[in-house]
Amino acid sequence: MVRKKESCMFAIIHEIRRNWVLYLLVSIPLAVLIIFQYIPMYGVQIAFRDYQPVRGILGSPWVGLKYVRKFLGSYQFINILKNTLSVSLYSMATFPLALVLALMLNYLPFNRYRKVIQMVSYAPYFLSTVVMASLTIQFMDAKTGLFNIVLGLFGVEPVNYMAKPEYFYSIYIWTGVWQSVGYGSIIYIATLSGISQELHEAAIMDGAHIIHRIWYIDIPGVLPTFCILLIMRAGSIMSVDFERIYLLQNNLNKSVSEVISTYVYKQGLQGTIPQYSYAAAIGLFTSIINLVLLIIVNGVTKKLSGESLW
Amino acid sequence: MRMGQSHIRKSLGDRIFLIVNFCLLTLFFVILFYPLLYVVIASFSGNAITISIMPLPQRISMVGYEAVFEYPLIGVGYRNSLLYVATGTAVSLAVTICCAYPLSRRDFKGGPWIMGLCVFTMYFSGGLIPLYLLIRNLGMLDTIWSLILPGSLSVFNMIVMRTYFKTQIPEDLFEASKLDGCGDFRYLVRIVLPLSGPIIAVISLYVAVGQWNSYFGPMIFLSTRSKMPLSVFLREILVLNQTESGQGTNVMINADQMAALERRKQVMKYSLIIVSSVPVMVLYPFVQKFFVKGVMVGAVKG
Repeated sequence: MVRKKESCMFAIIHEIRRNWVLYLLVSIPLAVLIIFQYIPMYGVQIAFRDYQPVRGILGSPWVGLKYVRKFLGSYQFINILKNTLSVSLYSMATFPLALVLALMLNYLPFNRYRKVIQMVSYAPYFLSTVVMASLTIQFMDAKTGLFNIVLGLFGVEPVNYMAKPEYFYSIYIWTGVWQSVGYGSIIYIATLSGISQELHEAAIMDGAHIIHRIWYIDIPGVLPTFCILLIMRAGSIMSVDFERIYLLQNNLNKSVSEVISTYVYKQGLQGTIPQYSYAAAIGLFTSIINLVLLIIVNGVTKKLSGESLW
Repeated sequence: MRMGQSHIRKSLGDRIFLIVNFCLLTLFFVILFYPLLYVVIASFSGNAITISIMPLPQRISMVGYEAVFEYPLIGVGYRNSLLYVATGTAVSLAVTICCAYPLSRRDFKGGPWIMGLCVFTMYFSGGLIPLYLLIRNLGMLDTIWSLILPGSLSVFNMIVMRTYFKTQIPEDLFEASKLDGCGDFRYLVRIVLPLSGPIIAVISLYVAVGQWNSYFGPMIFLSTRSKMPLSVFLREILVLNQTESGQGTNVMINADQMAALERRKQVMKYSLIIVSSVPVMVLYPFVQKFFVKGVMVGAVKG
């Protein structure tokens, strides 16, 4: 198709006229995106203003970095940051488990058994966060909890785990693994099944053990997928899943379970006098750190393995 | 054929590996399955729930379920949740298709820019407070729209769908229908969508499950109790341990009655977990077979 380059405008009008149906269709999601994503991004400037509801966003006076400084100087800051990073890094450490599960399933010789395990392992992913948190609390109960009953068989004294801050992270992380490891393994199982069978046959001919095949064939095969997922994960290091941690929070474990997301919610929306600007500033602070981390990890991964998000 | 099987005699190391692997997976299976089974059994065990490793009841009792259905707010929550899920899924699917289809077309010149706008929101957002203030200024607080519209375009789902359109629907079809004088809209509705069953099923499931399970949105945006979805009441009963008992009279109850009441509450919780998970678990087997396809399509960088 030859198009005269008389002017840029002409080309745009021509394109819109030719594909007007497509532009009409895309205008709906575009409106949703602009209203519910980009307008809030514009509204985040209240982080630098003293937001007063009656005066609106633009009418409220500028205060610069007052609220960011307030957060950094707050006596809770160090603790909250430490909690957030602890939860995130701990859960990051369990990130490869889905890959391990996929590899193990891949070498299970019984097809039907593998299918059963897979199907059951996806199921917890669809339990709601509320149900999941409730199960966690019920199972950890000192008197009636399943966890204590099972441990009791091995002679472990019952403990009210939810009341012990030192167990909080483990409970939070491992129930999370229980819920999502099966689902997370799907993508690796699919990638593994895409690896050429001939490679494995050749390796077997050469006398390679299973361990060697995993190390030299399977791991390199899934590495690109793994890297992409890891980069995405790194981009949310400052944001802990609000719903689950908020539900598991109680007064006894608050010293370790208060993370940035729960703090933002409490400061911004829960108090009797909502501190919109303060909460928005904390939210923005975490968004920016996440974005910077994402860019850094993406850059490092690109150098090391050639994989990159963009 | 699977890699574990081979006609060549396995070495000792491989055999040990396979045995250990089998044992570990079985252990994993037990850890996964046992709590689920426990909940199901406990929900049927009635007032005589015993605290043991497997509370097998003498006979199946529906006491827990009766308690759940006697609780008035459960019905209200159930109805609201179904309404929100149905509306939310329909809206979200429509918005996602409207975005994914044009972006999947090679001759759509505005595509890359719009795609850029979409992808940026995956990595950066204004955060909770500006969104809340926006919803409030739009007058959407305490309405169904505050739950449905903000999240109706999931960029991730949109990219998955776009990749599906791009890779699974032959371009020849487009050329052929163009020649026959089929417009863009008709082509989408008559040809693309009927061929996209699997991906529509998977994305509907994601959206519906997400909406059914969500409690954060309702918690911050809704205030009228009769509009709350099930998840909010679930939280009150299951996590905060609040129940509005019908007989609020402060009769002196002795320790035995107290214990009985406590047991009934326990059973009710297990029954409630089952009742609230049934809609999802009913959908699950139908869509399960599309999972791998859905996840796989999403993994292809488009």
